[in-house]
Order: sequence, then structure tokens, then C-alpha cells
Amino acid sequence: MNAVPLTHIILLSTALFFTGMYGLLTRRNMITMLMSVELILNSVNINFVAFNKYLYPKQLEGVFFTVFIIAIAAAEAAVAIAIIINLYRTHQSIDVEDASELKY
Amino acid sequence: MPHPLHTALVVLLPLAGFVLLGLFGKRFGSKAGLVGVLVLALTTIFASMTAGGYFFSNGTVSGVFRPLKDLSFTWLAFSPNIKIEIGTLLDPISAMMIVVVSFVSLMVHLFSLGYMKGEERLHAYYAYLSLFTFSMLGLVLSSNIFQIYMFWELVGVSSYLLIGFYFQKPSAVAAAKKAFIVTRFADLGFLIGILVLSYYAETLDFGTLIQRLTDTQSSYSVGITAGSFMGISALTWGLVLVFAGGAGKSAMFPLHIWLPDAMEGPTPVSALIHAATMVVAGVFLVARLFPLYAFNEVALKVVTMTGLISAMFAAVIACTQTDIKRVLAYSTMSQIGYMMFALGLGAKGEYGLGYTASLFHLFTHAFFKSLLFLGAGAIIHLVHSNDMKDMGGLRKFMPITHISFLVACLAIAGIPPFAGFFSKEEILSTAYHDSFIFYLLLLLTSGLTAFYMFRLYFSIFWRREAHLHGHHGEGTMTMKLPLIVLMLCAVLAGFVPFGHFVSYNGQPLEMHVDLLFSIAPVLIALAGIGLAGWLYKSENDRPHSLATAMGGFYQAAYRKFYIDELYLFVTKKILFNLVGRPAAWIDRHIVNGAMNGLASVTGSISSAIKGLQSGKLQQYILYFFAGIALLTLLLIYRFASMPV
Repeated sequence: MNAVPLTHIILLSTALFFTGMYGLLTRRNMITMLMSVELILNSVNINFVAFNKYLYPKQLEGVFFTVFIIAIAAAEAAVAIAIIINLYRTHQSIDVEDASELKY
Repeated sequence: MPHPLHTALVVLLPLAGFVLLGLFGKRFGSKAGLVGVLVLALTTIFASMTAGGYFFSNGTVSGVFRPLKDLSFTWLAFSPNIKIEIGTLLDPISAMMIVVVSFVSLMVHLFSLGYMKGEERLHAYYAYLSLFTFSMLGLVLSSNIFQIYMFWELVGVSSYLLIGFYFQKPSAVAAAKKAFIVTRFADLGFLIGILVLSYYAETLDFGTLIQRLTDTQSSYSVGITAGSFMGISALTWGLVLVFAGGAGKSAMFPLHIWLPDAMEGPTPVSALIHAATMVVAGVFLVARLFPLYAFNEVALKVVTMTGLISAMFAAVIACTQTDIKRVLAYSTMSQIGYMMFALGLGAKGEYGLGYTASLFHLFTHAFFKSLLFLGAGAIIHLVHSNDMKDMGGLRKFMPITHISFLVACLAIAGIPPFAGFFSKEEILSTAYHDSFIFYLLLLLTSGLTAFYMFRLYFSIFWRREAHLHGHHGEGTMTMKLPLIVLMLCAVLAGFVPFGHFVSYNGQPLEMHVDLLFSIAPVLIALAGIGLAGWLYKSENDRPHSLATAMGGFYQAAYRKFYIDELYLFVTKKILFNLVGRPAAWIDRHIVNGAMNGLASVTGSISSAIKGLQSGKLQQYILYFFAGIALLTLLLIYRFASMPV
């Protein structure tokens, strides 16, 4: 199997990671920020699967980690959405700039 | 045969009384006094049993009194050499003292029932009295020099509480503070003295300390006599400093200034503290360490001269004061001067006559002086004034007080057969054997004593016809009874064969009254009484013209020789200006400045960087990732090359 080299996949995941970073830092909408976090997590997942496949093809640890991360991402999304709903109730907005009371 | 625990009970019962009255005193209400009296009565019984047992059954070995260390346990063990014990030490002087202290204290407790009647804080008063009695008994029974120091300070505290009992009066508060600060200042000397002595002797226990330091062959004794500071040996320093503590408590010149002011306290308190017990603690301390003092000529000289100066100085002042309690205070100071003087000569002469004479005078003085103070209390109770100008002709209104006061005056003046005669005889005879000048000076002082006591007596009870309207009589039975009992003591105490019980070396000392020798002191005392009678028995202008004739000297004595002013000058003008103000400046500008500077630097740094905490989530994320990126770069370029 000599179709795709590892470097390509890592480039893909890096691109995905920085797309997520960009979204996380520039979007003000908290739902969008949550989606960006998911992108970052998925870039990590790709790395895990790729390294598992290319470096230790006989083992499955990387895949297991990916499964874990997906499960945790689901839980995290639930918590994050709960926070967002509460934020909306108190601030009538889900703009992250509006929730800046916790400062000096 | 008394049990050793009886000795402990003597100390612990008043403590129990203090705790009981201090914690639950309010519940007893006006019964608090009765509780106090009951506890003290028990204490007195145990003290008498202990002392009786010591003197008559278990104190002697083939006729010589030996110290008895009944109880002792280690309280703090710092090192094998230095450990602090708590225990009781019974020897003739402590056995004598516990009887005197508990007995006088019982009388005062009883008298206070009437005197302090209706006082709102009666339970606090009795609690303080119990605390004082506890500390004083603990002091005389202490088995080591550290323990005595603790009780010494406790005595100071309880005296402070009692002098300042009427804390609504600013003068009482000032007097309490003055007494505490002056004695505390003297105690600094005591503490340093303790440290010096125990450093060289490597022990705190009285017996061991004395034994080690008086044995000239031992390394301890060689060490302390060889060690010197400013050309004076360490032993002398230690003993003089310990004596300084004693002089502070005993109101010796020049540390006497607190005693007259301490008369602000309730009068029975003065009878207890400033006549019979606390003020003789200094004499007791020197007597306790006497074998050591006897070993050192210089320290003895200091004790003698301090005693002599105080005795004369106070007697002169006492002749001019008009507040009856102040006259008594100066007379106390003068009499304690006698004791110190005799103690200083105790190592000389035949078998340490001075030692026995001094403690004999302490013993008799306790009775007649507390009687005088209680009598003064009864008078103040009736007249509501301390000043003898407001008194006169009181003999018809208070016959019992009159008789007992007269007996006490005769006793202190040294008229036979009253108690003071015998003890003063011994002191004068000690002085006579030492130096004729001392003898003459003391004789003069004893004439002055007779004069000022009878000046007091005639001014109070004679001088003019009194017309008191609507007075409440002489006082309750509880006030009269102590006067009568103490009067009997003042008559009889002189007949106690004191030398048999208390002497320098524990062996019985035969004291004899030489009739030929007694002629001069008795005559001069009678002359003093006669002069006082001529001046004060009836109203006339002789005292006034005499005072005018004396001029400046009378004024100086009336103003107590300006010692108070001198102290104020030294403290306010010199100490405050030269030490207090610079210290305050350093505190305000340097110490405070450093602290304030530190605080303002911290404040400005934090306000400069507080912008980091902006509350903006995305900024935080940025910092976070920047941090991670930095760490990653470090990991790659700094640490990756290192061998793992």
C-alpha cells in the first residue's frame, strides 16, 4: 500500500487544527467556537489514527484513543451547550464579548 | 505528723478559692465574702498544722532545724543540667511565713466582710485576695529560685489588681500602674541576678545553689568569684541584682516611690499587701539566700546601707504627711529598712543575731502594722476621709479601734511589753555590736517612729472634741473581731522565743533582753511620744510654728524630698526625649517607610499587569496557545539535543 504518504495526512491534520484555531480565536458566537473546538479535536484524532496506521500497524492503541476522544468530545459538547444556554438566559446573547464580567 | 500534702494544700486552697470566686463569683452574690473567709480559714488551719508539725516534730534532727523538701516534681527539663522543678521547701523561715501570711490574710478577709459591704464587685475583690494569698504562700514555699520568681511576678500582678480595684478613679489606676512598673523594673535586676547565679551554679534549686557556691573548693564557686564584670565579681553582681528585685518589692530607697501611691487601694488590701506580706518579700528573699549573702561582704554592705537609709529617710517623711495611710506607708518602709539593716549585719556578731532579729521584727511587725492599717480602715470607714485634718476626738466613737490602735502604736514605738519592743531591741543590739554610729542613727529613727506614730494617734483620737452626726457606729462585728485578735497578737507576739525557731544555722539561739541596754531606746521612744503629745494632744499652733521654724527642710520632707519629681524628670525629660522620641522617629519613618514602600511597589506592579486579566475568553485562549507554542519551541530547540 503506497498510496498516501504520512506527511500528507499530517499536513491535512495541521490544516484542520489551524482552521479550528482560527475559528476559536476570531468567531464571537459561542456555538461557532464550540464547532472550532470540535475541529481541533478531530485534527488530533486524525493524527492518532495516522500514526497508529503508519508506525505501529500491528497495534490498536491510537484507534482506541480516538474513540475515547470522540466520546469525551460528545460529553464536552453537552456541557458546553448547557453553559451556552445559561449564558443566553442571563445575558440574552451568546456573543463571547458580552460575557466579560470576570475580570480584575 | 503532718502529711506532705498538707503543705501543698496550703498553696492550693487559696488557688481553688480564686478559681471558684473568679469563675462563679457572681452566683454567690453577697455570700462571696463568706466563701473567701471559709477557704482562708481552712488554709490557715493547714498552714498552722504544717508549721506546727515542722517546728515541733519533723523539722529537727538532733535539735537542729533542717530544710524539708516534701514535694518536688520536674516541670520543665531543658537539659540534664538545667531543669525547672516545682516543689515545696519547708524550713524555719518559710514555716514562720506561711503562718503569718495566712493568718494576716484571714484577718483581712474577715475585716473586709464589713468594710467592703455593699460593694458591687465583692466577688472580684475576694477572688483577687485569694489570688494574692495563693501567690504569697507559693512564694514563701518555693523550692527553687525560678519558682520563686514566678510567684514573685504573680504577687506583683495580684497587687496591681488590688491597688487598682477602684478602677473608676484615675488616681487608683495611675497608682496601680506605678506600683507595677516600678516593681517590674526592679524585677529585671532580679531576673538577671537569677541568671547570673544559676549560670555559674548550674542549678536553680536553693539548697544545691547555696551549697555549690559557698563551698570555696568547688569549681562553681571558683568560677563565680573569678568571673567579673567592671571589676566586680560575678557573685557580687548576682547578689546585688537579686537584692535590687527584693528592694523593689520591699519599697527600699530609691525604689520606694510606688508604696505611698499604692494606698489608693482599699484599706484592708493595704493591711495585707503593704504591711505584712508582699513588702517583706524582699526581706524574705535575702533571708532565703542568706548563706550566699553572708559569703559576700559587698552585697551585705549594700543590704545594710539600703536598709539604714530607707529607715531614716522614710521616718523623716512620715513625720510630715497628713494622709493617715501615707504615714503608715512610710512607717512600713522605715520598719522594713530596719529589717534589711539587721539582715545585712546578720553574718556578724554572736551567732548571727541580726538574722534572727530581722525576721523577728518581720514577724512582730506583720501583726502590729496590719492592725494599724485595719484600724485606719475602720477610721476611714467612719469618717469617709483619709486626711487627719478631718479627724480628731474619735476615741469616744470607736473605743475598740482606739484601744487597739493605741496598742499597735505602743508596739511600733518599742514600749515594753508590746511586741515591737522585743524585736527592735534585738535590732538595736545588733547595730550596737557593729558600729556605734549605726546604733545612734537607728536610735534617732526609733525616736522619730514613736513621734510620728503618736502624732497620728493624737491627731485621730484626741486633739479636739468631735461631733459626728448620723454616723453608723464603729463597724460590724466582723470588723471588730480582727482588731481584737490582732491586738492580742501585738501584745503577745514579743514573748515568742523566736530565736529557738528561726536562726542563721538552724540551732536554737538564746535571745535575752538586757535591761540596762533597753533604757536608752525606751527613753527616746517616750521622748518622741511626749513631744507628739505636747504638739498634737490639744489644738494649738505649736505644730504650725515648728513647721515654719524648720522652713525648707520641712517643705522638702513634706514633698517627699522630691524623689517623685526626680523620677518624672528622668523618665519624661531624659528617657522620653533621648530614647523614646528617636525610637518613635525610627519606627515612624524607617520601619513604617520600608513596609509602606514594599506595599506600594507591590500595588503598582499589580496594577500594571492587571490588564492581563481582561475577562475576554479569547484573549485567554491566545495566551494559552502562545504558552504552549513557547514550551514546544523550548522542547524542540533547547532540550531535544540533550541526551536522555
